[in-house]
Amino acid sequence: MQPDVPARPRPFPDAETAPYWEAAARGELRVQRCSACGTHRFYPRALCPACHDDAHEWVRVSGRGEVHSFSVVRRAPSPAFAARVPYAIAMIALEEGPHMLSEVVGMDPDHVAIGLPVEVAFEDIGEGMRLPVFRPRGEGGSP
Amino acid sequence: MGKDLATLRPAIAGIGETRLGRIAGRTALQLQAEAARAAIADAGLRFEDIDGVVALPMRTQPSMMPAAAIAHYLGIVPSHLATLDLAGASGVAMVQEAAQALQAGSCRHVLCVSGQNMLSHRSRDDAIRQMAEAGAAHPQFEVPYGPLIPSLYALVAQRHMHEFGTTRAQMAEVAVAMRAHAALNPGAHKREPITVEDVLAAPPVSSPFGVLDCSLVSDGACAAVVTMSDRARDLPRPVVQLLGFGQGLSHTHVGEARNLVETGAVRSGAQAFRASGLRPSDIDVAMLYDCFTITVLVELEDLGFCPKGEGGRFVEGGRIRLGGELPVNTHGGLLSGGHPGLPGGFFHVTEAVRQLRGEAGARQVPDARIALVHGNGGIIGMHATMTMGRADAA
Ligand SMILES: [Zn+2]
Repeated sequence: MQPDVPARPRPFPDAETAPYWEAAARGELRVQRCSACGTHRFYPRALCPACHDDAHEWVRVSGRGEVHSFSVVRRAPSPAFAARVPYAIAMIALEEGPHMLSEVVGMDPDHVAIGLPVEVAFEDIGEGMRLPVFRPRGEGGSP
Repeated sequence: MGKDLATLRPAIAGIGETRLGRIAGRTALQLQAEAARAAIADAGLRFEDIDGVVALPMRTQPSMMPAAAIAHYLGIVPSHLATLDLAGASGVAMVQEAAQALQAGSCRHVLCVSGQNMLSHRSRDDAIRQMAEAGAAHPQFEVPYGPLIPSLYALVAQRHMHEFGTTRAQMAEVAVAMRAHAALNPGAHKREPITVEDVLAAPPVSSPFGVLDCSLVSDGACAAVVTMSDRARDLPRPVVQLLGFGQGLSHTHVGEARNLVETGAVRSGAQAFRASGLRPSDIDVAMLYDCFTITVLVELEDLGFCPKGEGGRFVEGGRIRLGGELPVNTHGGLLSGGHPGLPGGFFHVTEAVRQLRGEAGARQVPDARIALVHGNGGIIGMHATMTMGRADAA
């Protein structure tokens, strides 16, 4: 650890989001699914945005999706990210429907493109937490 | 009946601003006092006449109850107070709130005021970091990935380029037009002319944006006095009537957005046009929230000035410049006029008033009778639109 490099901002789970971060720490991507109408939703919320029922469960999703849009960050928002530039933040469209913001890793950020098939991976961010990121997925995908 | 309704329209009776740019050594409240005093004097009123205050939070000077704190600071005795926060849509929404308070009979003369020392209260780097980590990006699901605010709007730009073939040069034309207008505005933050080539060659920030695709960080405050048009008629300034309002919301945080290239401006614009019986072709001058170059293209489409996907082609050939078919942001907008944060979109309102009064000087749109003002908050999720007209245009 270099003490002079500030830590990147960390998520701070709350009562509503703890199941997401606990699953991520285990290497699972989970989102809420409405028990009444079956709609997957993310970000977490108490009521289904489609039918407003409150019954739901946290289900594991495939982790597969595609890049819906992206941007290659070339000016770090804070010193914590200075060593990481350039990096590709992306909006991922999950197979199950929800969109989420993430980062595409494991490839040259300048080659990230809309429509790129991706699958989830988990980046260790310390103190037992892991951050869902996405890497390119080959033909046929992975289990 | 019709005559009574026209008489009972809310109107803007006075406007006041500080200049935009670096105004060191002044707090957010001090800046607001300057703008408020100018607006009340412009309306031909005294502080004692003001009995309503609509204000916004001050990110640079947090306050427990901002509208109350500002009213008390200014020595105003209010019968109606409201603090609202719709981020960049707040400028238009403040005027709407004031209009509704007046129509409900809650008060007689409302001061809308907002100001921040966004640039001077800390270093520019700290300001950028604060914006990236507080508010617009979701603290748990977005901030940990390290997006800049420009990165989040860049998602919209990349998708727009992908779906419609929009080019960086078309987006750059927005920045060039704003700078050309700012050159005619002595109160603007950046006034040196730029070219499309300058925008394309500017240091990269977050693809596809370079630094000139992004709005500024500025200090500044802005104020307006809203009253009913029958009262405004007895005041010294030309009456500018408020004709129609609309709001639209598609998402809070961009990571949740279902559609990046069609926004709540569809709803807010349709509502404002319907309320005022106007169409896009009736608008002589438009003030469109321009936090980034792409924002203006999407707003032009969603407000109905051109079909979806045609925003890039619409701005070509000087169409949104002075002398063009639809001059946009004649003060230079957020891209060049200046952007003090929450108050930024309020300068679009005061510029529209100047245009409709015929007081815009070198940047006057000839015979401007009807104006549209549009604000956009968050990451293109929250929208507020209003139409305004000269008394003889309504
Ligand atoms: Zn449901």
